[in-house]
Amino acid sequence: MSSDIAAILAIDGIASGAIYVLIAIGFVLIFAVTRVIFVPFGDISAFTALTLAALETQRLPGTMGLVAMLAAMATLMQLTADIRASDLKAIPSTLFFYLVVPLVPVALMWFAAGSVMSMPVRMGLSLLLVLPIAPLLDRIVFRPIADASVLLLLTVSMALHFALVGLGLMFFGPEGVRTQPLTDASWEIAGMQVSLQTFLIVGSAVVFSTLLYAFFELTLTGKALRATAVNRTGARLVGIRPAYTGTMAYVLASILAGISGILISPVTTIFYDSGFLFGLRAFVGAIIGAMVNYPVTALGALLVGVLESFASFWSSAFKEVIVFSLLLPVLLWRSLSVGEVEDEAEE
Amino acid sequence: MSKTQFRFLTLAALFLLVASPFYLNAFSMTLLNYIGVYGLVALGLVLLTGIGGMMSFGQAAFVGIGAYAGAWASALQGYSPWVGLMLAIVLSCSVALVLGAITLRLGGHFLALSTVAWGLSIFFLFGNLDGLGNYNGIANVPPISLGPLKLVASWQMFYLIWAIVLLALLASRNLLDSRSGRAMRALRGGNLLVESLGINAFFTRLATFVIAALFAGLSGWLYAHLNRFVSPAPFEVHVGIDYLMMAMVGGATELIGAFIGSALVTLTKNSIQDYLPMIAKGASGQLEIVVFSIVFIVLLQRWRGGLISISSHLLPSPHHDIDRTVTPLSRRPLPQPGEVLLTADQVERRFGGLVAVDKVSFTLNAGEILGLIGPNGAGKSTMFNLLTGALRPNSGRVVFQGRDITHAPQREIAKAGIARTFQHVKIRPKMTLLDNVLLGTHPRTTSGFFSGALRLDRAEEAQARAEALRQLQRVGLGDKPFELAGNLPLGNQRVLEIARALAADPVLLVLDEPAAGLRRQEKQALAELLQSLRSENLSILLVEHDMEFVMGLVDRIVVMNFGCKICEGLPLEVRQDAQVQDAYLGGLV
Repeated sequence: MSSDIAAILAIDGIASGAIYVLIAIGFVLIFAVTRVIFVPFGDISAFTALTLAALETQRLPGTMGLVAMLAAMATLMQLTADIRASDLKAIPSTLFFYLVVPLVPVALMWFAAGSVMSMPVRMGLSLLLVLPIAPLLDRIVFRPIADASVLLLLTVSMALHFALVGLGLMFFGPEGVRTQPLTDASWEIAGMQVSLQTFLIVGSAVVFSTLLYAFFELTLTGKALRATAVNRTGARLVGIRPAYTGTMAYVLASILAGISGILISPVTTIFYDSGFLFGLRAFVGAIIGAMVNYPVTALGALLVGVLESFASFWSSAFKEVIVFSLLLPVLLWRSLSVGEVEDEAEE
Repeated sequence: MSKTQFRFLTLAALFLLVASPFYLNAFSMTLLNYIGVYGLVALGLVLLTGIGGMMSFGQAAFVGIGAYAGAWASALQGYSPWVGLMLAIVLSCSVALVLGAITLRLGGHFLALSTVAWGLSIFFLFGNLDGLGNYNGIANVPPISLGPLKLVASWQMFYLIWAIVLLALLASRNLLDSRSGRAMRALRGGNLLVESLGINAFFTRLATFVIAALFAGLSGWLYAHLNRFVSPAPFEVHVGIDYLMMAMVGGATELIGAFIGSALVTLTKNSIQDYLPMIAKGASGQLEIVVFSIVFIVLLQRWRGGLISISSHLLPSPHHDIDRTVTPLSRRPLPQPGEVLLTADQVERRFGGLVAVDKVSFTLNAGEILGLIGPNGAGKSTMFNLLTGALRPNSGRVVFQGRDITHAPQREIAKAGIARTFQHVKIRPKMTLLDNVLLGTHPRTTSGFFSGALRLDRAEEAQARAEALRQLQRVGLGDKPFELAGNLPLGNQRVLEIARALAADPVLLVLDEPAAGLRRQEKQALAELLQSLRSENLSILLVEHDMEFVMGLVDRIVVMNFGCKICEGLPLEVRQDAQVQDAYLGGLV
């Protein structure tokens, strides 16, 4: 391998790694606050890409149906809960938060879809449309079992992923999509052509990770999220509602997933079921960061991107085998460095 | 349900199963075959997840290894399917051994996620290896032959599959009721508990993992010869999750839950395929998955313990006949009273900048009760953990019976004769009193996984049971040994822990705040018990908070405050000591 090829592969790897960074950080965020390993997270990313592609061709995206369906289910569940608790005063706010708020982007989309929009507007609308999905799924699927063990939550999360892939096929159809490139410009650096798109991708990953960091450090909501992550009971004692911080975590993570979907859609062809593999690669990164450490997670996700890029050069057939086998030495290293792990006893 | 009724029902169910080829049609027989094949994988998962607390999404990969081993050996190499069976067993077990050795030290969800990763790796490997037919797979897998008889028809395969299934079920049941099986059932109590009982937690996990992989590999071999065609698709991670769903929906804490789940999932999938097109015209295959996943989520939301949890009260309560006339387990010689038993020499432990135990030295003599006391945050519990191997000191030495145990692992210290209890009781609530105490006999007995599964351990098991019952009676809990430990009040749970510690035939008993949370009468009973143990020459180290309890009971006292030893002596002397009074009552200005 010449140094040119190595450089090109490295740049490719960093670009896809940057996208995995966003998803991986989202994983860690949701896990820390809610203890749910949100497997369908990659699907959210893929759904954003599919939405964006539909807007480019001036079609109504299938996401609208999905969001409307989820909003209806969540509203019904919350209304039933309100009525059972004879908390009739809560009904207006239930209707507002579970029905009206999620349906606003759907309605916007309904009016706007036929017209020709500029790229930033399309991106903004797509992002807005996928935002309610994860919080609604949280309400429908996870909140009834919020106190269950991590492993039960993980199993349910896996099942939810299958349901979403199936729904994805119904709402988006089997065709793969690839959106227009963000830009065609490229810069020459040290004798190599590097497309501006690569810079944009890496740049957005950096910007949004930094914004998230600032949010955690500087705002009260961010601190409440961190408090819930450290100790749920303690957070509840000082008046932080885990259900609220959970929703916040899902919304924030959905922004990251949405952005990663927008960034990845001009780079590779996306199908309704592409999300699982993105998610899993990001996951390897999250595990490198032990599901708690954001900077190490980001580094890990970058590493996965670079490795994937080199692996597909060496042997494209065994690309996935190489990437997922990477996890084993990482786990071995973690288990040796952590030493004895004391599991919390169950039952 | 009584034991007789249960036996009758089991026999009736067995009869119905054996006779099923006479009243079921060929299609139903095929379904029954798949229920058995899938149930075998789920059985491994019950042992792994429900019993051992480890979750695997990757079992489908082991099924694939078994299936490909069988298909490769018989269809591509022309060997007998039985050679394929050997290969399937050897390969699935050795791959499990390697993967387990790498991943099983990890905590719960890491382990579960790593199984997704290697599950995918192995799946992609099947699809990309030329020697295994890539994504096209291996066709024309020959049927299994028994002498001249070829097992082609579904009823013929039925008898082979269900014979293997029932054998696996029987072996698992035997195993769980043996020394190694109890170690497996203790795993969910956490490493600290398991290691303190002298059990190698990692080895037990690894063995459980290999057993689960073995069942999956067997199932794969059966699958290859049932389906007569093998391709990568049925060994995807998605399918691995189906297996997990079977175990969880059926009920992962009972062996039979695996087959309830397997039957439920197989029949539900089948009926969704049948009925869904009637409700939703032109529904695609994906809608099946959606409906199936939703059914699964709702089931888990409603019944976290699986369907078996609704009917588990119908299962007979465990009951054994205990023969008290067997030769008792051999005991270790106790040291002469007054001999130095345990020495802590300049022991120090730091947590970052905090010195929790600061160069503490003391000795404990055989046959005495030594109290280690001090106010909150004095470093007593840290000291306790240093002595029992739960923590390692930064410097200093701990010597027990002339042997340096400073850096010995917890289970070696337990085996050397130091038995401990826990401040927050760690008993196994879903196990009987007898089984809990039997856990204590682990270091004194030797039967392994094989002898447990094959029931070759009965002589030793009878000895261990007699010993456990003896210890239960010694502490006053001998009247209902088959009660579930979780049903006991806290005071009795502490006493149960002492019985478990005694079952290890310890030289030194180390008790961590045994009086905490006890009522007055319970404390008195506990003090009497400890006194009677001392009169039997047992040495006791008592870490305690409750001064009144300690003063009347112990021979000597070591007082700690802020990580340092501030005083040592007879209870009366300690009570007079100015520093101790300062520490407990606050200094007089």
